[in-house]
Amino acid sequence: MNHLTRLKSATALAALIVPLAFAGNAWAQDTVNLRMTIWSANEAHLAMFNEIAAAYQAENPNVTVTFDSLPFDTYTTTLTTQIAGGNPPDLAWILETTAADFVNSGALAPLRESFAAAEGYELDDVTEQATALWSSDGELYAYPFSTSPFAIFANNDLITEAGQQTPAELIAAGEWNWDNAIAIAAAVADAGHDGLIVRDFNYQIWQNLASIWRGWGASPWSEDGDTCTFADQPMVDAMSFIHNAIFETGAMPGPGESVDFFAGDAAMTITQISRASLLPQGDDAFDWDLVPLPAGPAGEYAVIGQAGIGVFANGANPEVATDFLAFMTNPENSRKLAQFFPPARASLLTAETLGLTNPLLSPEQLESVVIAGITNGVVLPGHEGFAQIQQTVRAELDALWTPDADVEAVLASVCDRIGSLL
Amino acid sequence: MTSSATSMAVREKRKRPFWTMERRDAAAGYLFIAPQLAGITLFVLIPLGLVFWYSLHEWNVLASTFRFIGTENYERLLTDRDLPRVLGATAIFSAGLVVLNMSLALLLAVLLNQKLAGITIFRTLFFSPVVVSLVAWTIVWSFLLQNNGGINGMLAAIGVEGPNWLRNPTTAMISVIVVQVFKNVGLNMILFLAALQGVPRELYEAARVDGASPFKQFRRITLPLISPTVLLTSIITIVGSLQVFAQIAVLTQGGPGISTTVLVYYLYQQAFQFHLFGYGSTLSILLFVIVAVLTFAQWQMRRKIVFYEN
Repeated sequence: MNHLTRLKSATALAALIVPLAFAGNAWAQDTVNLRMTIWSANEAHLAMFNEIAAAYQAENPNVTVTFDSLPFDTYTTTLTTQIAGGNPPDLAWILETTAADFVNSGALAPLRESFAAAEGYELDDVTEQATALWSSDGELYAYPFSTSPFAIFANNDLITEAGQQTPAELIAAGEWNWDNAIAIAAAVADAGHDGLIVRDFNYQIWQNLASIWRGWGASPWSEDGDTCTFADQPMVDAMSFIHNAIFETGAMPGPGESVDFFAGDAAMTITQISRASLLPQGDDAFDWDLVPLPAGPAGEYAVIGQAGIGVFANGANPEVATDFLAFMTNPENSRKLAQFFPPARASLLTAETLGLTNPLLSPEQLESVVIAGITNGVVLPGHEGFAQIQQTVRAELDALWTPDADVEAVLASVCDRIGSLL
Repeated sequence: MTSSATSMAVREKRKRPFWTMERRDAAAGYLFIAPQLAGITLFVLIPLGLVFWYSLHEWNVLASTFRFIGTENYERLLTDRDLPRVLGATAIFSAGLVVLNMSLALLLAVLLNQKLAGITIFRTLFFSPVVVSLVAWTIVWSFLLQNNGGINGMLAAIGVEGPNWLRNPTTAMISVIVVQVFKNVGLNMILFLAALQGVPRELYEAARVDGASPFKQFRRITLPLISPTVLLTSIITIVGSLQVFAQIAVLTQGGPGISTTVLVYYLYQQAFQFHLFGYGSTLSILLFVIVAVLTFAQWQMRRKIVFYEN
């Protein structure tokens, strides 16, 4: 091969390779792989998300979306470790308790402008009450895709067996309050079963007790989050009530005891409506009811749990991720999401819409528990630096879960410890 | 130096090839240890350096800020209200674990150092928890230790009301220690058994002729001769006890209160739950110093305790 031939071949080869290389580069730039971390591994949830993602991909062929299921117990820890390791997801579910951390840190991309610009999005339909937790200075940082009220599931078989009136009967008589509710629980416990279970509390997740103490008008800290109110009278009264129910009347199972309402072992449980799927069918089925939380000394109330979806500002493709989020939460897809996650859109908050996708619940149950709950509910307590506050309060409250605890002294020590963290 | 000497040295240098025998040997040696050295550099030395670097910073993961704050995290060690109790819990756990584990392992080893039919079955039985997955082992124990769990059920059957094991600070600490001892006692037992079988039989015969009691034989012959193993197992056990994590995470999550929050669990909380990676790194430096000092001290003590070393 002489010099000229060599030169020619090289040029020909270059002519082939160079455009290919540029084309490859162009493809690489256009292809976007979005990753969303979630804490559900439920197949039905994943099938729905994948369906929404496929519809988005049909419009945007260069975008793929994968849903990364992380275990719930260590969800936030895993998420922050991914961020620390320089591998943040593009989108993530965020728990209400850690909302303040994420919203105020600057980690999330602003959404309002993109949502407002998305065709047919109807941002005004999303209630302000639902977005309050996820907003800062008028900007929205996460979409509240799930707003789930706490309610009571009751086992009417065990309750009538213990000679008690059912919650529905008490509601009809206008006597559905905590005194009567805890009396039912105590009577069922006396009959050899268990009374009332605050699901997932387990003497660790104390914020779930908000579903009781809000009835006394109690809250862990002031509305601005600056002052500890654990030692205030409403909380002392509410915690005394709970302590009494555990250690005096036995209406609530004690620490270190595992009882499952859905196995038919207990009279009542406080949890969110999505747990209806755990109700046993067939031979193990029992006569159950879903009722709102009883009225407390401070009157009627509702408590809700929320979950949001945010876009990481430091992710590889925040614009595409925001666009996908706008698609995922548009009116049409919100209707799909409402199958599993109570929606934040006012137009979807009707017993009719919710009934289509919650066949286990009656229109009355949906109206009294879900719609009233979402409309009037207070979100579970959250705060900036919540993980540390949660752990500190948990450690202090352990002293409360003994039979001879001094409720006032323990709550005072809680405030003493978390004062500097608020 | 004279000029003739210099020129001789130069000639000498010219004559000698670069790859002398010593250099070849040295290069081969370095090549042999290179994989291990690379591993240690990558997975121990560099992370150690980085942890020290992080400990001088305030690292807010969510806000992506990484700010140099000098020794502030180290000053915080002195003002941290929980740290003295955490170190106390760590000391109690380690001391309890080492004493119980070593004495039980030695007792089992002595008992199993017999020539009896079927003795291998017992040896296997006591060793088997070592090969069980740590988390699975701990989860099973967490069910047994619940207030309405298996252990209290058995106690109730004989008319005893058991305590709420994991909800009382004292019984919770005892529980985590015992669960850990049962898990790992087999390993030390096997090491002791091997050491016991290395003690020459004729020494015992001579002692018996001299009229030494079995206890005296143990004290004067067995213990001194297995002392290198005692040192080794004590170092392994103490270092291991300072690294306990899964048992605490599964059984007590550091509670009740912070009574079972040992140093490793505390640093995990600070770094990964509270996102205080800077302070978490400072705590791991503290742990590193504690382990280093303890190991050094034990190594020094070998002169006094260890009877002989090969």
